[in-house]
Parts: sequence; structure tokens; C-alpha cells
Amino acid sequence: MNSLVAGISTLSLARWQFAVTTVFHFLFVPLTIGLGLLVAVLQTAAYRTKDLAYDRMTKFFGKLFLVNFAIGVVTGIVQEFQFGMDWSRYSVFVGNIFGAPLAIEGLLAFFMESTFLGIWIFGRGRVSARIHLLSIWLASLGTILSAAFIVAANSWMQHPVGYTIDPKTHQAVMTNFWAVMTNSTFIAAYGHVLASAFLTGAVFMLAIAAWHLRKGHDLAGFAKAARIAIVVTVLAAVATMFLGDTQAKQMTKQQPMKMAAAEALYNTSTGASFSLLTIGDLSGNALFQIRLPHLLSVLATNSWNGKVEGINQLQKQYEQQYGPGSYVPMIWLTYWSFRIMVGLGILLFALGGVALWLVRKRRLEKSPRFLRFATWMVLAPFLANSFGWIFTEIGRQPWVVYGLLKTSNATSPIAPGYVATSLIGFTAIYSLLAVVEIGLMLRIAKVPPAIETPEEAERAPELIY
Amino acid sequence: MLAIQQLSPSGLDQLWFYLIGVLWLGYFFLEGFDFGVGTLLPFVSRDDIDRRVVINTIGPVWDGNEVWLLTAGGATFAAFPQWYATVFSGFYLALFLILAALIFRGMAFEFRHRSDDPGWIRWWDRALFWGSALPALLWGVAFADFVHGVPIGANYVWTGTFFDLVKPYALLGGLSTLLLFTLHGATYLGLKSDGDVRVRAQAMATRLAPLTFVVVTAFLAWTYQTAHTNHQVGLVPPLLPIIGLLALAAVGWLARDLLEGWAFIATAVVIVAFFATLLLNLYPNVLVSSIGPNYNLTIAAAASHRYTLEVMSWVALAFTPFVLLYQSWTYWIFKKRVSRPGAEPVTESSTTRT
Repeated sequence: MNSLVAGISTLSLARWQFAVTTVFHFLFVPLTIGLGLLVAVLQTAAYRTKDLAYDRMTKFFGKLFLVNFAIGVVTGIVQEFQFGMDWSRYSVFVGNIFGAPLAIEGLLAFFMESTFLGIWIFGRGRVSARIHLLSIWLASLGTILSAAFIVAANSWMQHPVGYTIDPKTHQAVMTNFWAVMTNSTFIAAYGHVLASAFLTGAVFMLAIAAWHLRKGHDLAGFAKAARIAIVVTVLAAVATMFLGDTQAKQMTKQQPMKMAAAEALYNTSTGASFSLLTIGDLSGNALFQIRLPHLLSVLATNSWNGKVEGINQLQKQYEQQYGPGSYVPMIWLTYWSFRIMVGLGILLFALGGVALWLVRKRRLEKSPRFLRFATWMVLAPFLANSFGWIFTEIGRQPWVVYGLLKTSNATSPIAPGYVATSLIGFTAIYSLLAVVEIGLMLRIAKVPPAIETPEEAERAPELIY
Repeated sequence: MLAIQQLSPSGLDQLWFYLIGVLWLGYFFLEGFDFGVGTLLPFVSRDDIDRRVVINTIGPVWDGNEVWLLTAGGATFAAFPQWYATVFSGFYLALFLILAALIFRGMAFEFRHRSDDPGWIRWWDRALFWGSALPALLWGVAFADFVHGVPIGANYVWTGTFFDLVKPYALLGGLSTLLLFTLHGATYLGLKSDGDVRVRAQAMATRLAPLTFVVVTAFLAWTYQTAHTNHQVGLVPPLLPIIGLLALAAVGWLARDLLEGWAFIATAVVIVAFFATLLLNLYPNVLVSSIGPNYNLTIAAAASHRYTLEVMSWVALAFTPFVLLYQSWTYWIFKKRVSRPGAEPVTESSTTRT
């Protein structure tokens, strides 16, 4: 099997596989978290007001939520298994600490979301309206909890705390679970991930509502859905930006190389400027740049003339600290992924702001160009989420656990042929899923909800699946 | 000192060996019938409505059942990192196949009913069948490999290939679990469906039971012989496999006599006894090396440090009761038999004598 992929190492194949499967998985997860909460809000409104418009919206967005949830579930199993499959040396090293939140995630979060979602899907008309409402809230809570444990695990890789290294086995061993779960990196990252997930759900809902408003379908329902989505978009965008800013300052202290790479800042500077974009070479010979003075210092240190360390100085320092080798991540990817994430975040905040203004002027339904724009903006949160994680993970390289374990020492001792097989397999399966999923989502999203009588709205089909 | 520690795992290590065992037993008991129902899908239905009846019997619960696997995997990662690492990297291609199967199967539940196009429905029916039958087979192969021993050498590094996993003994193990899960699915359908599907499921259970009994008996006999050759001490109470085989012997009669509740309990007992036998056979190891007993991975060597296990024990103690409670509650909510829309509901008392 080796000969098939001669020259490609297990390491690079395993990294590609992790990138493909994780980016794909995380396209769906934020939407599950965000839309789950929004569907719960819609159903609560339907329950409280007895307004059938809310009921229609609950069912309409509920369908999209379920189709999306399914992909998140099935690709999530791969996530848990591939640590052992491709990264067994990593697994042995971190199992004592990293495994615990994963196990707890299963026990606390996955059981809750799957069980109560089962009740929600099949329970309409069979359990009381109150229990049915409770079940969507508990399913939503499950998704929100699950994010906590996986982000805690990732935050430990970014900024290890509450551990010691066993001198005999060279494993990282947990000494303080509380420290792991209150890691400053985790608190900020969890908030950022949750806020961006709510943003994703809200922009998704707004985009689809905007499409139907433009087409004149179910104006009563979609105008209500759009209003909720717009408020959440604005709030979540503000929270995402605020927490992202907190993370940037944390990163400057905890992983200065990531911050230096994010700006392609080669030499330590005070009052450092921030480049909005660069055309040409990032290593100091740019053809064209737009620079905002002092902004990098403010972003990184919260002070006008704060000192930001440069790549060259950090590289020297790390060589002394950790031995020879490169400690510089892929600059171009870190630099651009950071800008794409931040840029899209600001754009989404603007989208929410303009939409809110149009709602207040009662002009939202009469602004077809804005509605068309809002529909296309559905792509933005997904891109921002992906590039955010690409930035976080690429910027940490060459480390898989910051300062403790290099990615190159983390793979399984297996032949590249195995990893190549599963890489090709997963890529093929995921591509197929993506086509089927997007096709199905588009079809469901375009069918306006049927107007029902109160009796019809209560009735559940005899066979759901 | 190290040698003693390797021989006798501490109480906490042992506790987690058993707890992970319980998670696997729970997984196979629950998803066992999901797999069985999926495998029986083409055999107990005549038309699309029948197939929907079959799928709806597990509709509200399959996802919660699958979480047992995720929790077992996560708990193994946390409590026995070396076990998780060696097994998952060693059983690489087998796990890839299981994952691929579970992906298509999971999609099928949510996607199948979203269109009326016959081609679309047929596609997802196939996904459900293969996505159920393949893992049902492969889990048995994997657990048989644990007992049989796999090529792990120094530092618990896997030295074999995919073909080390598919020895005749392991294949017989796979056939055993495929048949067991299918039988379990048949008794579950007998209990949860109504009308023609129920009748066909009962007939299927009656017909499958003798064959399953022969295959599983042969496999367990071979298991004892294998363990003997490997000088595996094990901890299996002799009654355990016997109870399993007695329950299995009873399934055929129970199903034929329409004692559906009892038939389902019997297949559940068989599955629990079957996997408990395999897991307890491993003790005090979690993996047996086919290279030599010196390379066996013991519970003690694989276990996480005390502090991690303590934290996990508290979390498990605090939350498992709630999980068991609400998961049982869903079965209570959806306890009604699934039947074809518009069909006359058959009352419980007239046909069942459970």
C-alpha cells in the first residue's frame, strides 16, 4: 500500500484528513446550535401567543434544522474516532486530560440532544404541548453544552493548564479538572464559538426569510421570523466581535507567534500598524498595502503604543526554549484566514444593523435589493466559522498541544496507505453528502409553509419517517 | 513494584474496565436491535408503507442508542488512552468501514422521507440495510479479535495489517453478532410493530433462532479453546455463557408462541451475556497480543491516572441516573406499536400473552 502514495507521509495525509473532516463537520455544527435555539424561541412564541404564524415558522425552520442536525451527528462520530485512528501518539499523550471532556460530552450533552430531539420529532400530538416545547429547549441545551466540552478540550491544546507530565510514561496527566474547565482560553473561546453559532443560525434564518419576503410568500410568518433573526444577528455579531477581541489579547500573551503570523509581523514593534490587505509578498516586500496605524498594537495589547513581538524574535526565543526547528506557522494562511474571518464578522454586523434600521423604518419587506443581498449573505457565517478555526489551528503549528507536543510527533505509527484510503473515502463520502444535503436544504427552504387550521396544526402524521 | 502494578490493576482501574464494559453492553443491547431492524428491512416488508412502519419502530430512539457508542469511545479515550490509541489505529480500515456505514445509515433516517421519488427512497433503503448489516458484522469481528489477539509489539504498537483482523475465528464472531443482532431486531419488531410486519418478524425470529444458536454455540466453544491456547485467565463466570445459550435456545419457542415481550428479553439477555463473556475473558488485559503474552496490554498499563478516573467517576455517578431515566422515558412515551396508517389497531390483550 505504501507504493500507492510514495512520498506522501502519514503526517501530511493525517493533517489533510483532519482538515477535511473537521471543516466539513463544523459547517453544520454552528447551524445546529444557532438554529436549535431559534426554533426553540419560535416554538415558545407559538406556544405563548397561539399565533399560527409562529407555528408555521417553527415547523418550517424545524425541518431545515433536522436535516442539518443529521449531518452534524453522523460526521461527529468520525471526529471522535479519528483521534485514535490517525493520531494515536497524541491520544496516548493527552488521553488523561483531553479524553475526559469528550466522555463527559457524550454523557451530558449527546444523550440529551439526541433523546429530546427524538421526543420533539415524534412527540407532536403524542406528548403535551408543554412537554413538546420543553423537548426542543432541552435538545438545544444539549447542543450548547456539547460545544462547551469540545471547546474546553481544544482550549487545553491551545493553552495547557491543570496538568503535569508523568516522568515515567511522558503522558500529560490531569492535576486539576477545575482549572481545565475554567481555562481563560476556554471561557473566551466558548463565548466566541457560541455567539458565532447564534450568528450563523440567525443569518441563515434571515437569509431564507428574506427570500420568501421578496417572493411574497407567507408574509405574516416570515416577517416575524426575520424580526427575530435580525435582533439575534445584531446581538450575536456584537458578542462575537467583543469576545474575539478578548481572545486576540489573550493570544498575544499565550501564543504570541500566532498573533505575529496573523499580521505577518516579522520584527518586534511598538505602536504596530495593522494591514487591511496586502498584494504581493507577505515577507516584507509587498507591492501594495493598506495599513491602519497603531491598530495591531491596540488589538493585541489594548494600548496605542503596545509592543507586539515579531516572528524573527519569537523564532529565536523558541529555538532556545524548545530546541532547533521552525516555530513559524504558515504565514499566508494565518494572515488571510484571520482577515477573512474578521472581515466577514464586520460585514455581518453591518447586515444586522442595516436590517434593524429597515425594520424600524417599516421598509424591510419593500427593499428587494437588500433582501436579495441578505439571502446571499447566508454564505458569510459559514466561511467565517471555517476560516476562524483554520486560523486557530494553523496558527498554533508546529504544535498540536502548545509547547508540549509537536504535530509531527502526534500521528499513529501506521503506513500512509491506510490514511490515504480513509482520506479518499471520507472526502468522497463527504462530497456526496454535501451535494445531497445542499440540494435537499434548498428544496425544503424554497417551499413556503402550508397555511393550516388550528386543528391541522396540532395533528401529527401517523408515520413520521 | 512495576511488575506487581502490572499484574493487579487498582480498584479504580478495574471499576472503569467494568464501566466501559457496561457502556459497550448498553450499546449492543440498544443499537443491536436498531441494526437488526435495519438488516430486516428488506425481508419483513412488502411495500413502502411496510418499510416505513419498520423504520418508525426505531425512529425516535436510534440516535440516543448510538450515543452509547460515542460515550463508550470517549470513556475509553479518557480512562484507557493506550487502549483507545492502539485499537483505533490498529483496527483502522475496519473502523473506517463502520464509520462509513454509520454515516449512510444515520442520513437515511432523516433523508429518506424527504422526497417521494422512488429512486431516492430505494437508495436510502439500501443505505439503511448496508449501514446496519455491515457494522453488525464488523463489531463482532472486532470483539472476536480482542479475544483472539492481535499483532501488537513493543510500546503497544500495532505491527499487523488489515488481514490480521479477518481470521476465520473473527469472521465467525462477525457472523454471530450479525445473526444475534438480526434476531434481536426481529424480536424488537415483534414487540413494536403491528399487522403484517409483526407477523413476518415473528416468523423471521422463529426461523433465525436455530441457526443463530448453532453459530453462536460454535463461536463460544472456539472462544474457550482460543482463550485456553492463549493462557488467558479471564474472569468469566461459567454460568454466564450458559445463561446466554439457554436464553438463545428459548427465543425460537417464545417467538413462535407469541410471547413477544419474553422473546425480546431473551435476545437482550443473549447479547449481554455474549459480549460480557468476550470482555471478561480479556481480564486482566484489555488487548491480547498475538506476538506474545509479554506484549499484552493490561488494564493497569492502559489506565489513566487516579485523578482523571476519580473525576470521571463523580461525573458518571452524578449524571448517569438522569440519562437512564430520560432515555427509558422515551421508550415509555413511544410504547405504542407502530402500524400502517388507517389499520385497525390490534389490542394488546387479544394477540399477546406476555
